[in-house]
Amino acid sequence: MATPVLTRPRPERTPRGSRPSTVRRRVGATPRAFYWMVVPAVAVFALLHTVPVLIGVFFSFTNYAGFGSWDFVGFGNFLALFQDDRVLKAYGFTFGFAIVATILTNVISLAIAVGLNAKIAFQSTFRGIFFIPYVLAILVVGYVFQYFFANSLPRILSNVPVFRDNILTNPDWAWTAIVALAVWQACAFAIILYLAGLQTIPQELYEASAIDGATPGRQFRSITFPMISAFFTINMVLSLKGFLQTFDHIVALTAGGPGTSTESITLLIFRGGFQGGEFAYQSANAVLFVVVIMLVSFLQFRILQRKEADF
Amino acid sequence: MAITIDSPATVEPVSLRIERDPRGVRRITGNRTRINWWATALIAICAITVLVPLYFAVITALKTPDQLGGTGFELPTGFHWQNFVDAWTLTRFPQALLNTALITVGAVVLTLLTNSLVAYAIARNLHKPFFKGVYFYLLSAIFIPFPIIMLPVVKETALFGLDNQVGLILLYAVFGLSLNVFIYVAFIKSIPIELEEAAYTDGATTWRVYWQIIFPLLTPMNATVGILTCVWAWNDFILPLVVLSDPAARTLQLSQFVFQGQFNTNYSAAFASYLMAMAPLLIVYIFAQRWVISGVMRGSIK
Repeated sequence: MATPVLTRPRPERTPRGSRPSTVRRRVGATPRAFYWMVVPAVAVFALLHTVPVLIGVFFSFTNYAGFGSWDFVGFGNFLALFQDDRVLKAYGFTFGFAIVATILTNVISLAIAVGLNAKIAFQSTFRGIFFIPYVLAILVVGYVFQYFFANSLPRILSNVPVFRDNILTNPDWAWTAIVALAVWQACAFAIILYLAGLQTIPQELYEASAIDGATPGRQFRSITFPMISAFFTINMVLSLKGFLQTFDHIVALTAGGPGTSTESITLLIFRGGFQGGEFAYQSANAVLFVVVIMLVSFLQFRILQRKEADF
Repeated sequence: MAITIDSPATVEPVSLRIERDPRGVRRITGNRTRINWWATALIAICAITVLVPLYFAVITALKTPDQLGGTGFELPTGFHWQNFVDAWTLTRFPQALLNTALITVGAVVLTLLTNSLVAYAIARNLHKPFFKGVYFYLLSAIFIPFPIIMLPVVKETALFGLDNQVGLILLYAVFGLSLNVFIYVAFIKSIPIELEEAAYTDGATTWRVYWQIIFPLLTPMNATVGILTCVWAWNDFILPLVVLSDPAARTLQLSQFVFQGQFNTNYSAAFASYLMAMAPLLIVYIFAQRWVISGVMRGSIK
């Protein structure tokens, strides 16, 4: 995609000499139509995306409950957030869950993508199967998993301590069930991304390294992984960002329970903001959360891209 | 002397190659179709993991309530279609399906038409400060996560009377704009501008050039954007949950959530309902698999 951009002459440079027929370009004015194409859409975008962001930031400095009158409270909400056990617990759970799910998703997806890219039988059938979870709603699949964890698993593993009882009602282990659902669903998209990456690697590299006596393990370390490290970076960033905002998984499996042990930040914002009369307080939470997510994504990019450069 | 030391060293890798890596040798001699059965077996085991929950859902949906005991993996003794009838009426399935279909189709059509138009104008004027500014303004929104928008947007949609299906269609087209413009612009920049210049010379307007030249050329990207939007709008739960106010506007996913409590005693009907909610997109996917996967892949390489 990049090369045509570089080789194509800038439209403003060409017409001056060679193409006097394009009158509008010679004058240097942009046709009105281009503005009509962009301005209304961007206005709607600003109204429904940017304005809500600004409203959220604005109300995070107030004590607005979602209705009635309000006053400015400065940074009061933000200070309160750091002393709120429920909020801190939600951050702890969300990050623990998201990190474990991100690592598992990427390790499993990469392994499956490499396997799918090898010379195997029924390649396209398998590829089709692995992508199925992508077209299914997390909420609905979550209900299926919920029934499985609550009713089937205790019967199948009736001798194993944690699984003997419904794992979803276990405050210490319920999060693992959410990880299972999240990884099951997220692998579909990650596999496709890795496959797209693997197909950009020229086959000659493997043939040349095989002549030099490289083992498959060495080939993976020295060719496959470095060649798809950009895909690895983007997959890690996207997965972590997605998992940090997890909502559907938890609604379907545990509804944040038992107690608040699996309450994610998005669920907390939703509950507090809509049902708890904490519009302003949860707006502050959301502002904090946005800053945290952007910071984490940025750091991830920096660290992973430095790794990319090493190869 | 140097030659005698070197020659065994150059011979050795060749002999090692034959012993250790027969696959590489065979590939060189032209036998490219040899199948790696170990990898096939491993992949097959993983594929079963994907299919097990679906198998579980199908057999549970076909059981009578009294067959539900046990591990849940036993095959049903017969097909209990009554579950589907119960689920159909209990969740008001036809209405929910109609709402979801309407919202999904509306979102896809509106997204394809508007987002590609915005991207075209930006891609062809990227050297101008205004359009460049708009481009980076839209791109920066990719990094803003949904939770910050969630609370205020509900107030806004309620205020504008957009707390219905139309509102959702608009929101999907707007929230998708950032990513879609990014995908489209990269593609449009690769379309030679000479085509358009020829059309302008013949007196075509900018609108006509977009509609008759650019839009048809965008077909591969339209497929990608269409698939991503379709899957998102169909399966989305959080946006309908917070935006929709009228029970008659409920989507398929939302009605699964709303009626979840009422299934308490009848898990079979619940599973029938889940299956019916998953089925439409799953069926489309089964028939259009290759097209869907290649569409998503094309988007990801950008």
